[in-house]
Amino acid sequence: MQFESSGAAFLGGVRAAWLSVFAYVLFGTYIGIGALAHDFNFSLAWVALSTILVWAGPAQVILISALGAGSPLIEVAIAVGLSGVRLLPMVLSLLPRLKGPQTRARDLVLPAHFTAISMWVESMRLIPTIPVERRVAFCNGIASGYMMSALLATVLGYYLAAKLPNLLTAGLLFLTPMSFLVSITRNSVLLVDRLALALGLVIGPALTYAAVGLDILWAGIAGGTLAYVGHRIREVLR
Amino acid sequence: MNALSGELWPYVVLALVGFLPNEIWRALGFFAARGLDEGSEMLVWVRAVATAVLAAVIAKLTIFAPGALAGVPLALRLAAVGCGVLAFHAVRRSVLAGVAIGEIVLIGGAYLLSP
Repeated sequence: MQFESSGAAFLGGVRAAWLSVFAYVLFGTYIGIGALAHDFNFSLAWVALSTILVWAGPAQVILISALGAGSPLIEVAIAVGLSGVRLLPMVLSLLPRLKGPQTRARDLVLPAHFTAISMWVESMRLIPTIPVERRVAFCNGIASGYMMSALLATVLGYYLAAKLPNLLTAGLLFLTPMSFLVSITRNSVLLVDRLALALGLVIGPALTYAAVGLDILWAGIAGGTLAYVGHRIREVLR
Repeated sequence: MNALSGELWPYVVLALVGFLPNEIWRALGFFAARGLDEGSEMLVWVRAVATAVLAAVIAKLTIFAPGALAGVPLALRLAAVGCGVLAFHAVRRSVLAGVAIGEIVLIGGAYLLSP
């Protein structure tokens, strides 16, 4: 895709966001989050601000339900912090692909904050088709498009809260794992990515079941490293 | 101290236990990314770790489900995921088809199972 200016690339990103299934998946997910915040008596301004500042669905579900249940603040902070570990390898693998010769470090602050599963998956898929000097604007556009959808849904869910049947709430919570699984499957073209996907699916719940602390982090490091070793072995055999 | 115990307090809590513990990982990624170039071999490994982490999150959300989703039997949750992935492959690798079929199986199945 070619863009005349950064503004055009930003709008192209917003358009790509709304054309992807994630805008609608996020809409559904954040209806659930808005409703959850309402049920636990948070204000609308508070939950809307949490969508902008935290910008990570699982972390917000933990934050709202744990604070609402009266958990000690330090426990809430630790639970949120553990759920956020996944953001580190995502930011680390995305930012170097946005860097051109003209890119300043501060241009990458916003894409780093905007990084979330949805934005990462779509950005990694689409940036190979975008010229390097337009990638930052394009990715900011994708994330802004998603955030608009999420904010609108947060407000809507907050007002709908009392009217949502249990079955629909279950369906909204199911949107996150279902959509992420098929979209990561779509993105995993190389052997190393397919191996990482399969290993993470198996190792993750096994570690959770065995009550290993930091289960997600260890599943990522073990699954990712094994997948990388598999990839290197195949390179050597070629 | 009065302002902290009043209207501002929930926002201080949001910043301290919601924003900071989550944003720290993005900040660490930001600084660690400074020395990496797009073609670096290290990035293949980092992307594999990111993919495996996401896969673990997905499996955890499905098997150890939160809130109302926990009320749907595990076998039905797994069946819905399986049908979603099959639909994704059957309909020209369409994410929308995968999500739609997965949701239909989950909600439809839970509706049929409910008394």
